[in-house]
Amino acid sequence: MNSPYICGPKPGSISSAKHILTLFRKDLLLEIRQQYTFYGVLLYVASTIFVLYLSMGGPESTVWKGLFWMMQLFICVNAVAKSFLQEGKGRLLYFYTIAGPKDFILSKLLFNALLMILMSLVSLGLFVLMLGNPMPNPLSFVAISCLGGISLSLVFTFLAAIAARAQQNAALMAILGFPLIIPQLLLLSKISNIAFEDVLQGGLATMSAVLLGLDAMIIALSLILFPFLWKD
Amino acid sequence: MIRQKWWKILCGVLLVYTFIAGFLGSVPAKPILNETIRNLYFHVAMWFAMMVLFTVSVIYSVRYLRTNNHKYDIYALEYTRGGIVFGILGFTTGSIWARWTWGAFWSSDPKQLGAVIALLIYLAYLVLRNSMTDMDKRARIGAVYNIFAFAMLMPTIWIIPRLMESLHPGGMGNPALDTHDIDARMRVVFWPGAVPGWTLLGVWITTLRIRLAILTEKKEDLHPAPNQARKLRNA
Repeated sequence: MNSPYICGPKPGSISSAKHILTLFRKDLLLEIRQQYTFYGVLLYVASTIFVLYLSMGGPESTVWKGLFWMMQLFICVNAVAKSFLQEGKGRLLYFYTIAGPKDFILSKLLFNALLMILMSLVSLGLFVLMLGNPMPNPLSFVAISCLGGISLSLVFTFLAAIAARAQQNAALMAILGFPLIIPQLLLLSKISNIAFEDVLQGGLATMSAVLLGLDAMIIALSLILFPFLWKD
Repeated sequence: MIRQKWWKILCGVLLVYTFIAGFLGSVPAKPILNETIRNLYFHVAMWFAMMVLFTVSVIYSVRYLRTNNHKYDIYALEYTRGGIVFGILGFTTGSIWARWTWGAFWSSDPKQLGAVIALLIYLAYLVLRNSMTDMDKRARIGAVYNIFAFAMLMPTIWIIPRLMESLHPGGMGNPALDTHDIDARMRVVFWPGAVPGWTLLGVWITTLRIRLAILTEKKEDLHPAPNQARKLRNA
């Protein structure tokens, strides 16, 4: 795309991959040093699941599934919101001079996807530990929750970028995101049936393909649209 | 095109035709549906108008991002507002129809859910715009969200009905907008009359609002509001 907003180095494939990796490593390093997002969200997850455990003990499988995806949604809002809101104005200006917008958004997408995979696995473990395991095929649910974590993180990363440019807090992100995320949550809760039922319904493979297609579309849209959010 | 008269007259003629032929023309007698089948001319045609208005709005958002012309931002905003009005109308006519055929105004049918999701997405667009005061920023971020939301909405409309069971015509083997399914007597009212008629009405309302918005801005440039003038003097 020939946008006037793209500045920084020429987008060669090698240097671009290097930029993405460097920006990704910087996010990772910040996270390891501060240990704020991970432990903050971890405590949030643990205490929420504990409250659920106190109030309902071991719920039946439909309730378990619904609660799990709702938890993922709120974890995602909390974990991903920080990724753009933590960058101050000056620091963004600095990135603006050293990297292209596409590298920047790709590194954020990558980092948040990884963070959400981790958070999904941790919360899955806590769910099984505290609320019991209603699934006959728990292993396939591990894969599904990773897929779900990635899907949610992609949408909310882009919305976090919008909310950060509007200089608003996480509340705006929730307003923008909750209507948009409904189809993915519905797809995920249908796909989850793979793990929850012994008898499989048809069409689950198609649904997984649709979800992957949606993810690809979100990445493409982020790459096309983020350069316009970048410039002030 | 905006200032020409012929399409406004055409809009009036088409809508008069829709109302007269829609209420007096003969329709197939079907059990349960009975006379509510005439809702096709209103409810379905209003959804068509809504989709056209939202699509035009996205086109103007893209044009805004390409040119940075402030006028296109006004166009995008007003077409979205027009689409929301027609969305609410289509939703209302749909639930009145559902009351007499399904037995309740609201039965959390996938089509109803989809309609509510679409309205929420576009109301969020208005909230997002209002959260910023800087005009350029508001226009640019609004345009980005508009494009993103539209691209996410389209799969929603296709995905959700396939995931859930629906009573709505068009799902589960019920007849709906398939060309073979509409009775020939209804087709001559629906396609040439109702769909373009309601769409033109939506465009007409929107263009009026666009002209109003542009004039208001011009007036504010010429005669700033008192507190603004004071600010200018102090500066």
